Amino acid sequence: MAASLPLPVPQAFPLDAERADQLAQLVRGLDAPGLLWISGYAAGLAAAGLAAAAPATALPAADADAPWTATIVYGSQTGNGRRIAEALGDRLLARGVRVRVARAGEYAPKELARERRLFVVMSTHGDGDPPDDARPLTDFLFGRRASPLPALEFAVLALGDSSYPKYCEIGRRLDERLAELGARRVVDRIDCDVDYESQASDWQARVDAWIEQLPAEAAAPARVAVLRPVASAPASSRERPFAAEVLANQRITWGEGVRDVRHVELSLAGSGIRYEPGDSIGIVPVNPEATVAAVLAAARLDGTDTVERDGRQRTLAEWLATGLEITLVTRPLLAKFAERGPHAGLAALLQPGREAELRALMTEVQLADLLERYPVDWDAATLAGALRPLAPRLYSIASSAREVGDEVHLAAARIDTGGGSTRPGAATHFLAGRAEGATVPVFVEPNPRFRLPADDSRDVIMIGAGTGVAPYRAFLQERIARGARGRNWLLFGARHFARDFLYQLEWQRAQKRGALARIDLAFSRDAGHKAYVQQRIVEAGAALHDWLENGATIYVCGDATRMAPDVHAALAGAIAKHGGLPLESARERLDRLGADGRYLRDVY
Amino acid sequence: MGAASPSAVERIKAESRGLRGTIVESLADPVTGGIAEDDQHLLKFHGSYQQHDRDSAEARRQAKLEPAFSFMIRTRLPGGFCTPAQWLALDALATRHANGTLRLTSRQAFQLHGVLKGDLKRTIAAMNAALVDTIAACGDVNRNVLASPGPAASPAHAEAQAWAVKLSERLLPRTRAYHEIWLDGAKVAPAEEAEKILGANYLPRKFKAAIAVPPVNDVDIFAQDLGFIAIVEAGRLAGFNLTVGGGLGATHGDAKTYPRLADLVGFLTPDRMLAVAEAVVTTQRDFGDRGERKHARLKYTIADRGLDWFRAELERRLGFALEGPRPFKFTTTGDPFGWSEDAAGRWHLGLRIESGRVADVGDRRLRSGLARIAQVHRGHFRLTPNQNLVIADVEAGDRWRIDALVAGYGLDAYRRSRAIALESLACVALPTCPLAMAEAERYLPSVTAAIDALMEKHGLGGEPLLLRVSGCPNGCSRPYLAEVALVGKAPGRYNLHLGGGRDGRRLAPLYRENLDETAMLAVLDSLFAAWSAGRTPGEPFGDFLHRSGRLS
Repeated sequence: MAASLPLPVPQAFPLDAERADQLAQLVRGLDAPGLLWISGYAAGLAAAGLAAAAPATALPAADADAPWTATIVYGSQTGNGRRIAEALGDRLLARGVRVRVARAGEYAPKELARERRLFVVMSTHGDGDPPDDARPLTDFLFGRRASPLPALEFAVLALGDSSYPKYCEIGRRLDERLAELGARRVVDRIDCDVDYESQASDWQARVDAWIEQLPAEAAAPARVAVLRPVASAPASSRERPFAAEVLANQRITWGEGVRDVRHVELSLAGSGIRYEPGDSIGIVPVNPEATVAAVLAAARLDGTDTVERDGRQRTLAEWLATGLEITLVTRPLLAKFAERGPHAGLAALLQPGREAELRALMTEVQLADLLERYPVDWDAATLAGALRPLAPRLYSIASSAREVGDEVHLAAARIDTGGGSTRPGAATHFLAGRAEGATVPVFVEPNPRFRLPADDSRDVIMIGAGTGVAPYRAFLQERIARGARGRNWLLFGARHFARDFLYQLEWQRAQKRGALARIDLAFSRDAGHKAYVQQRIVEAGAALHDWLENGATIYVCGDATRMAPDVHAALAGAIAKHGGLPLESARERLDRLGADGRYLRDVY
Repeated sequence: MGAASPSAVERIKAESRGLRGTIVESLADPVTGGIAEDDQHLLKFHGSYQQHDRDSAEARRQAKLEPAFSFMIRTRLPGGFCTPAQWLALDALATRHANGTLRLTSRQAFQLHGVLKGDLKRTIAAMNAALVDTIAACGDVNRNVLASPGPAASPAHAEAQAWAVKLSERLLPRTRAYHEIWLDGAKVAPAEEAEKILGANYLPRKFKAAIAVPPVNDVDIFAQDLGFIAIVEAGRLAGFNLTVGGGLGATHGDAKTYPRLADLVGFLTPDRMLAVAEAVVTTQRDFGDRGERKHARLKYTIADRGLDWFRAELERRLGFALEGPRPFKFTTTGDPFGWSEDAAGRWHLGLRIESGRVADVGDRRLRSGLARIAQVHRGHFRLTPNQNLVIADVEAGDRWRIDALVAGYGLDAYRRSRAIALESLACVALPTCPLAMAEAERYLPSVTAAIDALMEKHGLGGEPLLLRVSGCPNGCSRPYLAEVALVGKAPGRYNLHLGGGRDGRRLAPLYRENLDETAMLAVLDSLFAAWSAGRTPGEPFGDFLHRSGRLS
């Protein structure tokens, strides 16, 4: 005898009668906070287990009997795309549209043929590459197997970084390809730069306008149809970060010639924040005082003028300290300098074909340097208007809650930009200055694409360079705490054995207790022994191939521009050599491993 | 070094398959700059110690990094005899793989410090290519054999040197492990390398041997397990007086341990020297204490069982009795500096090397200067037991060339130094020595200056005073034979020993414990006042303290 649920449920209700009965009993008489808690709890369960365990089948496939009215697919490397997709999902839901939000890696391309409305939020990385887990979708769509999609209505939002030549390339190609396949574009694509917020909301508004003119959807509004594997945790968010107490803040590199890397331990006690190994922690920084002063001096402003922006009134100095980005230089900012002043050299640099020089400039200088180098008359409002909002910095979490309880650990490399003067980066400077007892505003950024295998008997191969080793500390802590039987193999690269072998003592301890089956090291600046981690992959190729054949998952974390492609090539080479495959087949094997969630990358 | 129990070291030796252990595997382990704990004990027998920079160890631990491990490599160099080619090879290795300095030790050997694990094998291999090995330079074996380099070579000195080489070789381990591990030598079945003298478990503890040529006791013969005092009659070597059971190592607060002067046992002719040495070594091998490493030196075996027992055991093994000792006289333990000529008309230049540290510091460019000298020098070098150097066997016509380099590189500080600064000894201690409790080498210059100033105050400026500083009670710088000795107890604190003899035949008893510098200088201040007021003409400090009853 089924108890009835307090609200009508959609046709696609995923529970059988018995489960529905249990659910009805569970929610009966609960107040709003209780209901919200259950919602978040269920979402957390989904994030921790279902999605990671079997990404391709975690969500029920759309079919003719129970059509989803709209599907939002996102491909995201940093989380921006996911955030936009989820926000859109919420808005559509609020309008009574039945919607599902899926990351590209969990969306089966063959479903395209049955979709009626598809929104795509897609970022582009490096040299016109999609996010790793979006490859199966983009390969399918750009390939010859894609069939015509005459019944589909679609819209694409592209994300990218205009300092790269193939800016928003994947979003643009998807947009063109869907049209080419006969689908109907209902909203024009917008290409968003690194400061994506305002462009993304323009696109949202266009989508809203389009929804507005649609006939009302049949059946009841889908109030409980979406259980997103994220963000329901109300404990903290990028808008409302949690003030985490600093428990430890320790440099973990030694001497000269290596980066200042800090190991930071933060308390999450009382926050209710949960995280999984593989997730990132976002830090909302405060800009260095000296840098704020340098900006004001270079702009010849005293900072006391009140400026209104995004509906808030603050002095320019306050904006510069806590509201706006002054340590990162973006292409749009350079464009504004070029617009405002007679700086022909700068304008020329913004022309196509000079992206490399532009990027070099952007890594060298900060705002204060630009203000000195390209003098223009600024008033407070114009300067504030030219800058993008201060973005949180994301760090891979370096701890497992199973090991450290309600703490979270991270490793942050201090980044100093050159440009004659040496100016510290915002967050690392901020972190470096936080002594024990101070607080740091934080939130958790889930990264469901970078998870340990749900099956503890599986082996893992962890490849990382520099602070890219941080998530593996979390992985290893987690695997030890879980008593995972699968073997763990770390391949780590840094500059100097004696100076930046991050967490050396901990790897040694893990090795002694048998928790680290194998460790291979490469140091690129040690005289007489110079090597990069990809060379170790080549040398260990036979064992690596064995592990893979045995079902191991490969993780790669660290630098996206040099390390990740070199590691990718070395892995393909090892698979080809030891699997007796042509190189092209080995690459396809890697792509399949990626699609199957056994080759996971967190590169930046 | 871990706190391995003594029996643990015996076990490690027994299971080491001829000192091999897992050294090869340890060297290949990429995760650590150190080696496995058991291998640390075995590596000593190969002439190397694992060390780490103690100055930075705690800060590195907080940075989640292991200590900055490196290795000290010590050569076996009987009598401290070294060719210019060998000097240049070691100098190059010091620059390429070590910390850019050479250290001359109180056992007439070289030490390289700061060699990283990844460079250890190539460094030892390169030394061997230059015909310098490191076998048995440390460990429970016979260490480098000392021999008086002499103020000027005499036929007796040349013979003493030849016997030092023979003695060293006779007592070497027979295992081929050294050649396998460092020189890629062929593997040998352990049966072919039986240790007939040292035994399968090697000796219970380190063992030190020396040959002295009176009247100079530069080798401190009474601090050695096994000593041979050359008896020169009618200009030729008649034989040796045998001494046994000396040793200076002790442990703070452990009354079972103490420094001990060697006993004079008898006389033997040169042809019996190796047989006697073997009998002394095998007696200690069979009767030394293998249960307690702090009580394992030959001095305790003899002290516990009596000299008569030892003599009887020795003579039983030899099959003959030793003659009674012949007369000899020591006048000094110090080195002469400057040029001296031998009977054959060859010249020898004694140079002061403070703490034995051959380094370029300011305008005293010892390392560069000695390397330049090695390039032009046609004789040889002798490292002295006082950490100094003799540029030996120079033709009269080449002296100007050496003199110019000595002056040009600031090697002639001995000309201007006070006596106290010419005689002092200090061990390495911090930051690399794992045993050190206080500074020694790094402290020596300032404490020497402070004591010199006190002497000046009491009208004793320029008087000789034998000062030795040791970072721990084990006694590498032979402190218990000095007139003034500082033995490290804790950072900045020392035990003060006073009253050793200038001939090396009288120990310096503990006078005050655990002093900081101020308290130590205050003690010396009052004693110097008494010495200045009450000394007989030329009376040394140690002799005065004894005569005036201040040490009773």
